[in-house]
Amino acid sequence: MLDVAAIRREFPILSRQVHGRPLVYLDNAATTQKPRVVIAALREFYETTNANIHRGLHLLAEESTAKYECTREHVARFLNVPQHDPAQIIFTRNATEAINLVAHAWARKFLTRGDEILLTVMEHHSNLVPWFLLAKATGVVLKFVDIDTQGQLRMDQLRRLVTKKTKLVSVTQASNVLGTINPMPEIVREAHAQGALVLVDGAQSVPHFPVDVQVLDCDFLAFSAHKMLGPTGVGVLYARKAILETMDPFLGGGEMISKVTLEGATWNELPWKYEAGTPNIGDVVAFDAALTYLEDIGLDAVRAHEERLVTYGLETLSRLSGITLYGPPTATQRTGVISFNVGDLHPHDLGTALDRSGVAVRAGHHCAQPLMRRLGVPATARASFYLYNTEAEIDALAEAIEEAVQFFSQTARRGGRAKASVR
Amino acid sequence: MSTQPREYELDELYRDLILDHYRQPRNHAPLAHPTCASEGENPLCGDQVAVQIELADGTLADIGFSGRGCSISQASTSMMTECVKGKPLAEVRELIDQFKAMMLQDAEPTPQLGDLESLQGVRKFPVRVKCATLAWNVLERLLQANAQGGTA
Repeated sequence: MLDVAAIRREFPILSRQVHGRPLVYLDNAATTQKPRVVIAALREFYETTNANIHRGLHLLAEESTAKYECTREHVARFLNVPQHDPAQIIFTRNATEAINLVAHAWARKFLTRGDEILLTVMEHHSNLVPWFLLAKATGVVLKFVDIDTQGQLRMDQLRRLVTKKTKLVSVTQASNVLGTINPMPEIVREAHAQGALVLVDGAQSVPHFPVDVQVLDCDFLAFSAHKMLGPTGVGVLYARKAILETMDPFLGGGEMISKVTLEGATWNELPWKYEAGTPNIGDVVAFDAALTYLEDIGLDAVRAHEERLVTYGLETLSRLSGITLYGPPTATQRTGVISFNVGDLHPHDLGTALDRSGVAVRAGHHCAQPLMRRLGVPATARASFYLYNTEAEIDALAEAIEEAVQFFSQTARRGGRAKASVR
Repeated sequence: MSTQPREYELDELYRDLILDHYRQPRNHAPLAHPTCASEGENPLCGDQVAVQIELADGTLADIGFSGRGCSISQASTSMMTECVKGKPLAEVRELIDQFKAMMLQDAEPTPQLGDLESLQGVRKFPVRVKCATLAWNVLERLLQANAQGGTA
């Protein structure tokens, strides 16, 4: 069991108030809050070490470089990459940029007209739009796996759609809307059996349960630091070394070159070949502290806590009248994400009312418009949990939903005397 | 009683008039002979509004809309149709300017805006301002396109 009270004390923002109420932060699938150690690491870097990396012969440059590369080694350990080789970890701005890197540096080089990429209807726009752009430019064909009524991937369909034409299967490990955890080992087996590579969108999985890329056996993995207690502006791409060695550069500029003449350039070694220009040094350095913090608590413990929360959340919310819950019915099949609608209340109206109760949720299409269309709704409200959330906060959410429903039904009753305005 | 300040603020946003228009939208029907039509979308919350207008002798003779979305977007559209219907185009353009000034520049509502004054509270909810102005932007685009077409 996590000592949640002790954990909460490490997150200064959790003690603030919003609209005169204690903050109940349930928007962790969008971004997570930061513990003191991460904030302190950022501050310490700028107060003691700041310098540009991989160039300059002075002490600060050496220390900055060492710290930056130290985070890369930490990420490599965190994911248990093959041969423990940190050259397989590329820093980007976010998971979106990591996926775009694969689309540009790998897919544009190796895929041709008629080749197929298999996606799913539950993907975030970040794992759709890069492929739309690629398809338009190259004639690559995109195919999509549907979901069943419980919000789980139709594996029967996936098996039919993976063929010798399929060159890449790009799938989220956990849905940012439904919370559904996809059966990655099986998906990877099916893809590899047909010679296709697999990109795992780990934005909603790597922060929430142990992810070992050797167990997954995936070829690419993308995720963002800010969704796992780290700073914004840091994304990670893991790719197998053999693949990285064959890919073209993504962005051109400083740092990624070996030698430049007016006739051309040769590329730097891995991983720097894919990191053009001055990277986000300070935030990468502070991300190290977030990884240590998570490891000290343990990803298994985080997962167990979230499973308890989502079990309690599903039970509690399902008791509210008029509520529709989306996604798999049991906690073991999902992460700490619950999307819902209440009666004919528009999620945006609901979100505004919850905010006034101090409860921060996301309301909208969650950058997954195709999934919204598939579910037949314009939008949903979404509560998403992390290690510092409590069952009491889920009670506060339920209470705030009831208050909102009551508020709107009261105003509906008053609607008859609409001209007699409230003010 | 601790909930009073919050509910008071919600009351300010969701005035009865707004909810009345949301539940019983006016001019919520397609036109028989539309001169032109256009639609808009607020990607943040998935609000959709399609507006049809019929122009005759320099006036906005008729207007109809369809769409779905949050109460603010749908109520604002409904109120807009009531406000501009039958008015000379020059006056409609003025109303659009006055409404947008109220929503975006904190201008006081003019008497001509009538019931639309009730949307003033939306200003306190910055993310919702786009919901309120959605249909107005669609109408503005329609009138601009029509003027460029040489009918004005």
